[in-house]
Amino acid sequence: MFSRAYRTAVTVPPLAWVAVFLLVPYLLMFCYSFWSVSESQSIVHSWNLDNYHELLTKPVYWQTLLRSMWIAARVMFFSMLLGYPLAYFLSFHAGGRKDLYYQLVIIPLWVSYLVRAYAWKTILGTDGVLNTLLQYVHLTSHPLDFLLYSPFAVVLTLTHIYTPFTFLPIYASLEHIPRNLVEASHDLGATPAQTFWRVIFPLSIPGVLAGATFAFVLSLGDFLAPLLLGGPSGIMISNIVVSLFGAAYNWPLGAAISLCMLALVLALIFFSERLEKKWSFS
Amino acid sequence: MEFLVSASESLVKSPRWLKAHALAVFAFLYLPIAILILYSFNGQGVGGFPPRDLTVNWYRILFNDGPIWDSVLNSLIVALAAMLIALAFGIPAALALDRAQFPGKALFRRLVLLPLILPGIITGLSLLMLFRVAEVKLSLLTIVLGHGTALISVATTEVFAGLQKLSRAQEEASLDLGATYWQTFWRITVPNLKLSIIGAALLIFTLSMDEIAVSFFLIGRDNTLPLEIWGRLRRGITPEINAISTIIFLFSLIAIVVWYRLRTRAEATPEIGAELVE
Repeated sequence: MFSRAYRTAVTVPPLAWVAVFLLVPYLLMFCYSFWSVSESQSIVHSWNLDNYHELLTKPVYWQTLLRSMWIAARVMFFSMLLGYPLAYFLSFHAGGRKDLYYQLVIIPLWVSYLVRAYAWKTILGTDGVLNTLLQYVHLTSHPLDFLLYSPFAVVLTLTHIYTPFTFLPIYASLEHIPRNLVEASHDLGATPAQTFWRVIFPLSIPGVLAGATFAFVLSLGDFLAPLLLGGPSGIMISNIVVSLFGAAYNWPLGAAISLCMLALVLALIFFSERLEKKWSFS
Repeated sequence: MEFLVSASESLVKSPRWLKAHALAVFAFLYLPIAILILYSFNGQGVGGFPPRDLTVNWYRILFNDGPIWDSVLNSLIVALAAMLIALAFGIPAALALDRAQFPGKALFRRLVLLPLILPGIITGLSLLMLFRVAEVKLSLLTIVLGHGTALISVATTEVFAGLQKLSRAQEEASLDLGATYWQTFWRITVPNLKLSIIGAALLIFTLSMDEIAVSFFLIGRDNTLPLEIWGRLRRGITPEINAISTIIFLFSLIAIVVWYRLRTRAEATPEIGAELVE
């Protein structure tokens, strides 16, 4: 029913925009990663694998990458631990208050990411709210200094930020479960635990996978929370990239690391989508 | 069906631990926000328990703070421009994905949606390289281009979801009755997608106001609000930041309530022209 002119009009402009501002930049990043920087701080357009060689041979890069993945894995685990039961509670037990509770989960998303990280900084610092509270009630006599500037602070903050993100797809998948399946399971004599593990949980796996991917990927690439709350032991891979693009001025090496991150992220999305398809029921 | 649902819900009593867990998660989500707001009124500055000397002094200082309001204005301009770009390209993109077949469609879909899940640093850096190679000077304009590009994904997903629910009968009728595609687009398609478009616009606007990871790399001389806050945080903690955050939080709350009202009201009214088709 739609003419060729109509289809061209809706296809060409977004296609052109996406080509110029997404495809070309990614290709440029790819090119940069094979270039190098000369003594005089200019980019040399000679193609070689030196940057990738450096990534593989210098332990600081892959150690930081592993540490970032470990931080991201913990964020993923904790936001799942918080998000899943909450989504389950809302979907199956909240009754008429479902809408209200749902809005309550969404509202923190509207508070700036930066501001929430900052709020945790004011809570966890040596003169922060938590330490002064603990001393006020005489639980401690000195400020606890492991709270701020540690991987702990980064994991806590990122969990706070990404819990609503993990909640959303899980809740959506729970809401899609036909209620008569649950009913049938009860009627056939299954206990609530059996119904959960054999009916509800398997059907919610696509949502779990989507939420887990979200939390892992977005916290893996974060560089602001580590800068604000991480201290030296909380440095993540993106912080290295930021410094390579800034003061250290080695764009090609930074591009190589970014490209590795991009590849890792795309691989994760690919596998999670494959798994989602396998588990989705239709 | 209805009675079955209620039967199954009452059949499984919600365990007490589940309620306690939900309460704990809500406390975890809201505690930092509550503290943020509370300490914006604290005369002794941020931190220190208990809060004492309640005051609105920080707000007074904030209102006389030129650079902050300049950055707020910059952010509003950026958000508005990014919203226009994202809608201008995101709506056609959704239409294309819904109704056109073209080579590379799968790749196109992936590319458009990628910034949604990609860490902002990758989007920001790849655009930075583009602007470097094209010798474009970094300014608010480059931030607008960055936000617009990243947020096309939001417009596309929202509008595409709206299109999936839409029946094509009205558009067909309009074309059969001799309207041009352009007329049909403005008189039938857009009004029926109104809700998705407004929703997308609000979402894009707030996301852009808050965006920092992409802006971080594309910033020129003029700061957006998040970057202004970031610059101050690096120098130290000041309750002014609590104050401005509290104000923005209030505006966001108002936006949520307005949006929610709009949606519930619109859901109660039928699609435009639906009665004609039926």
